Amino acid sequence: MATDRIVGIDLGTTNSLVAFMQGESPVVIPGDDGSNLVPSVVALDESNQPVIGNAARKHLTETPERAVYSVKRLMGRGVDDVREELKFFPFRLAEDLQAGEVLRIKLGEKTFTPPEISALILRQLKRNAERFFGAPVAKAVITVPAYFNDAQRQATKDAGRIAGLEVLRLVNEPTAASLAYGLDKKQNGIVAVYDLGGGTFDISILKLHDGIFEVISTNGDTHLGGDDIDNLLITIALDDTLGDLGLDFRRNAEAVQAIRNAVIEAKIALSSQPLVKLDVELPGGKRYLREITREQFEQLIQPIIDRTVGPCKQALKDAGLKPEQIDEVVLVGGSTRIPKVRALVKELFHREPHTDLNPDEVVALGAAVQANILGGGSDATENMLLLDVTPLSLGIEVAGGVTDKIILRNSTIPASATQFYTTQVDGQANVAIHVLQGERELAKDCRSLARFDLKGIPPMAAGMARIEVKFLIDANGILHVAAREQRSGKESEIKVQPSYGLTDEQVEGMILDSFDSAVEDFRQRQVIEARNEAATILAALDKGKKSPAWGHLITDEKKKIAKMEKALVAVKAGDDYQAIRKAIDALNQGTTRLAELMMDSAVSTALKGKTMDEADMGEGPTAPHPMAKAEFE
Amino acid sequence: MRAAHFCQACGKVQPPAPVDYFAYFGLTRKLNLDVTILEKDFYELSRKLHPDLNAQAGSQEQEWSLQQSSMLNDAHRTLKDPIKRTEYLLKLEGVELEEQSKTATEQARSSGEIKKQIVPPDLLEEVFELNMQLEELRTHKKLGEDDPALIEEIARQKLELEEKQEALLRELEYRWKMWDGMVQREQNGQPVSEEERKQERDKMVDVLNRRNYIRNLVRDVNEVLEI
Repeated sequence: MATDRIVGIDLGTTNSLVAFMQGESPVVIPGDDGSNLVPSVVALDESNQPVIGNAARKHLTETPERAVYSVKRLMGRGVDDVREELKFFPFRLAEDLQAGEVLRIKLGEKTFTPPEISALILRQLKRNAERFFGAPVAKAVITVPAYFNDAQRQATKDAGRIAGLEVLRLVNEPTAASLAYGLDKKQNGIVAVYDLGGGTFDISILKLHDGIFEVISTNGDTHLGGDDIDNLLITIALDDTLGDLGLDFRRNAEAVQAIRNAVIEAKIALSSQPLVKLDVELPGGKRYLREITREQFEQLIQPIIDRTVGPCKQALKDAGLKPEQIDEVVLVGGSTRIPKVRALVKELFHREPHTDLNPDEVVALGAAVQANILGGGSDATENMLLLDVTPLSLGIEVAGGVTDKIILRNSTIPASATQFYTTQVDGQANVAIHVLQGERELAKDCRSLARFDLKGIPPMAAGMARIEVKFLIDANGILHVAAREQRSGKESEIKVQPSYGLTDEQVEGMILDSFDSAVEDFRQRQVIEARNEAATILAALDKGKKSPAWGHLITDEKKKIAKMEKALVAVKAGDDYQAIRKAIDALNQGTTRLAELMMDSAVSTALKGKTMDEADMGEGPTAPHPMAKAEFE
Repeated sequence: MRAAHFCQACGKVQPPAPVDYFAYFGLTRKLNLDVTILEKDFYELSRKLHPDLNAQAGSQEQEWSLQQSSMLNDAHRTLKDPIKRTEYLLKLEGVELEEQSKTATEQARSSGEIKKQIVPPDLLEEVFELNMQLEELRTHKKLGEDDPALIEEIARQKLELEEKQEALLRELEYRWKMWDGMVQREQNGQPVSEEERKQERDKMVDVLNRRNYIRNLVRDVNEVLEI
């Protein structure tokens, strides 16, 4: 087992997961509540401590102004981008936000940027993994929507860093899903991945051949998902209560959250029931009751799911393929459970979609496969390679406010382009460059990626300078720029500061806060867990002494066991994790025969557990061994 | 060829040499290319050079793998497409195809004039008529009117133009043969005059220009039809 475990993380809009490659297949790592999904919800409790996941959802209902959900919709975005959905969010933004600045969210008395909120979720996943392995985890592969732009990707990477994770790769979600699918099926062919999650929609078309997963085209909408369906239903409910009861709950965060919980339940129920009854208790004692049929629901959501058609058709066009040429359509994301969505997919691609894989887990599983590949690969993945593409064209603004595209969308990455610039006036020392992402002709219609100056050009006559600027999109889909003035040979690395992003200094500042405590936390946790295990094994030994099997041991054995027991009791009170571990192992060894004898006499075991032998890690429990080490919770 | 990308002894990734795309794949500058072999080489090299498969290597190697990989992808993308391949070769030969057109476009934009485009002589009449029809259709559509006869006529002409595009591609492939023959003669030690070289280049430039013009026209037609 590699000491450097790399995990795969799906940082989703609604739920997040962490997974790793266990032997031949990827497996999701559960949280301490036994659940595979960690809701992407963060709240601040009364003592300003962050609460994450399932525990935070209660806070969302009770103190909604101190909670945030779907923070993925705010990553790498500015105030103008999110104005619409802010209406539905219970939290407030800081009042003094400037244009182009990273968003700041107010939770109680503290403010957080979206990467910091995401970092709290990532840290939770990191801890779940560490608890599972009994070892630190510092490296991860994190997934992002294929259609995420540069700023959104940078924000995700920043979140990883803040959480104390080295993000080895950002993988596109549909590509990750195809990895999980391909590992499972091991077939060549053309696969379309239709990924409709909580906040984003991606469609990717891939060619699978001999272990190579080659993306041919990708398209999507980073502002389209299950949340939009929820918001539509919430709006209807709010209109209803205004109309019927004359009460306006739009500003009432508790009411909105109560309605939100109810409509989400209803939405999910309508996937398997033809009719559902909304019953919401509103502040002030009133109740909102409404019946919704599946038919009505489908009519309501039609315009939303229809928005997935355009990107699908464009992706097929860019790939130069007709629907008949697609061999398989894979569904990803909770929203693909909606029957109307499945029907739409069937109509678009002229075939039944593939629904074997769990749409909630498949992305995390794929990320785990990629993590395995990056870690050097194993038997299962030795022939696998991902060839992904950049989803958006990269352009430079030129005279007349027009975009000159230098790297086209769907170009395999890493990809580069070189441009030459010169000066307009004598002695000009700076050249301004504006980099854009998007398909439109005019710069103002594209997403501004970054503006920067080439500084320090040696003084020359106008038009004499020849500045070579190299644009490189790396395997994460993130842009890097380097410049060189050819006549003087002067080089400069240009720091591309993404819009709505954090500077390196800001990220550094955020890491130190969470990281220090994380290391200390981990050490403390290790000691606590070891102590727990020691207590358990000592209790089991007590029981064993009272069993008939004890009588079968020879005096020498009993003496040895007593000695080890004493040693363990001694170190268990202290803080030396290694010493406790050693003593546990020794006692475990010494009581093997006792355990066997107890098994033979069919005494019911007080504990079940797996042997914590490194090589066995992850296999199912071996025969119950009463003296065996306890499972890590 | 492979030796340039990896150390022959230990197989580790090397810094990319400043070669052109043809040389990167170990090819001579001939325009006729077996795309199937190119694909095969591309995948084989990807398996060795891709950053994902070099993630455990030292940071210098990882940096080289990133550079190599982007070079590989750029080279593959350019050589795979017949038009891009031709344009690239002409660029290597010193013909500033794209820059000519870009500079002209920028000049036109800053001066406010319409960029002068050379209409292929054999198309003069057609182009004139087609542009009139497109204008007519644009007006119809603005007023919300329908004119199926006009649309059918335009669609028919579009088909003809697309056929012309295809024919020009065939013509280009013929020019490739001439070019490759010349390159082969050079390789065999026979002298090739600068005059002949220039002639072959110019002929290819001409075919590309004509095809580009028609391609732009087809694009204009599609735009109007899709309003």
